[in-house]
Amino acid sequence: MSPGNSPSNPVFLSAGDTALVIQYGEVVDVSINRTVRQLAHAVRQLDIPGIVDIVPTMRSLMIHYDPLSLTKQSLINAVQPLLANLEELEENNKKWLIPVCYEGEFAPDIDEVAKTTNITIDEIVRQHTLLELEVFMMGFLPGFPYIGLLPEVFDLPRRIEPRVYIPPRSISVAARQTTIYTINSPGGWHLIGRTPVDFYDANRDEPILVCAGDRIKFKSIPSSEFAEIEKDVKSGNYNLELE
Amino acid sequence: MSIRILEPGFNVTIQDLGRASFQHLGVPVSGAVSPVALKIGNALVGNKPGTACLEIRLIGPTIEVLCDAIRVALTGTITEIELIGENGSCRPANQSLVLKKGQKFKIGTISDSGSAYLAIEGGFNLPEVYGSLSTYVRGSIGGFSGKALEQGDEIPLNSGNAEDRGELRVSNLAALEENGPLRIIFGPQKDFFKKESIRDFLTSPYLITRDADRMGMRLDGPVLKHERGYNIVSDGIVTGAIQVPGTGQPIVLLADHQTTGGYPKMATVISADISRMGRLRPGDTVKFMQVTADEAEKARFEHEKMILSAISGFVNADPWLDEKALYTENLISGFL
Repeated sequence: MSPGNSPSNPVFLSAGDTALVIQYGEVVDVSINRTVRQLAHAVRQLDIPGIVDIVPTMRSLMIHYDPLSLTKQSLINAVQPLLANLEELEENNKKWLIPVCYEGEFAPDIDEVAKTTNITIDEIVRQHTLLELEVFMMGFLPGFPYIGLLPEVFDLPRRIEPRVYIPPRSISVAARQTTIYTINSPGGWHLIGRTPVDFYDANRDEPILVCAGDRIKFKSIPSSEFAEIEKDVKSGNYNLELE
Repeated sequence: MSIRILEPGFNVTIQDLGRASFQHLGVPVSGAVSPVALKIGNALVGNKPGTACLEIRLIGPTIEVLCDAIRVALTGTITEIELIGENGSCRPANQSLVLKKGQKFKIGTISDSGSAYLAIEGGFNLPEVYGSLSTYVRGSIGGFSGKALEQGDEIPLNSGNAEDRGELRVSNLAALEENGPLRIIFGPQKDFFKKESIRDFLTSPYLITRDADRMGMRLDGPVLKHERGYNIVSDGIVTGAIQVPGTGQPIVLLADHQTTGGYPKMATVISADISRMGRLRPGDTVKFMQVTADEAEKARFEHEKMILSAISGFVNADPWLDEKALYTENLISGFL
């Protein structure tokens, strides 16, 4: 087992003098991510003055701190005792039911994904909407969630040629994860749909919709209803909560 | 109470010290790339250290004062403020001055630094987004409508007048002119690189290429070879991180960097040297020097002391002669 791959024995890495990295592994592993988020929760509970932000990723936790109020060593000393006693996360996160249109211009890569995986488009839609998924981490763009794990059929490599421009609200898949592009961006994942929901809207009171730990299920909608649902979402008349 | 942008300059944005506490939602920190200059500018005009200023990179704006008076200070450069319609008369940077209603002034090409700041007494009357006025243009967050300033923009201010009081000047520019190698701590992914590349990184100068913006600066120098590949599972990123993609040419990340990323990061510039890094411009060369975590912590305290000493060392600026007033009050013959 390489260093940092043990759930109770992560490695501490420096990211300059303003962040500490607590690394549990170097691979994508849902159980590692879960441990990372448990640690994030435990560190947050400590409420240590000088901690600026706590950012969980798939493999490690980054604690940003103010070096004028906290030394690296004092932060390690505070975090160390937590490692052996992490608790299961309480399930009080939000649950979302997100409408997605998997048709036509909204799904430029769905034919190719169907060909690569050797299943029908209907089956891709069924598998993408099948499970209640979890937000593993946020990153890359404001409000951009990494969601998984999708069924094995979505174990796809990224596109060989990343796109220079991906429109916001695009639903994409790669490596059994799925996400929603929140602002215009380049990107290398496969685009299989579009949602009328903004996961980021600078003009909304709370610009960002979801956070790590939230549950998400997708629901297929026909393109004929897209505009109508879009209007209802905007005016708050569309229920995005999963019962 | 506002100023009007007559000429926008190039990518002039409103920045304060950024929004550091929303990275867990994917929101970049943003804020001034050279916080020292921002803090000193604010001190000159009597603002709190983190008040939002105009950040100017390469070419400054031309501005008209639309309210009774404003007090401003330009820092991070020695470029002068040109007063339009005053026979091209100029006012030096690094001191406060009051500009009256109708005055048009220009901040031209910034040739000595990658970033300069125009602080205005009272700051801007704009809404905070996630606790900050900083502009993140890619995400249309903050600042003035989430964008770089454009011709005709009228930027609202918190203060429409400038109290009569002595003007201040920076007498000790040391905090604004630090140079020498940028100090780094190795990691978090030093072990992804070949030993000879780690040596090259510490011994060779790197050129700042034209591929430089508020997200990061691509460097050109000896190729840094990966020992363990260049795709990693994304982890967190800090300002100052030096990431190395497949090309082997390092990228130093600045204020608008993504919160997470998937390239190995060989080293990280220490926080005491971030402001210095933000002053670099395309064509400059930079060298790196390794320090320990302890040394980095000490350096940061020294750095803060230097800022405080710059501020406590402010001296009274000579009031500039208001020639028009002298003429109109008929004092000129006895005076000059």
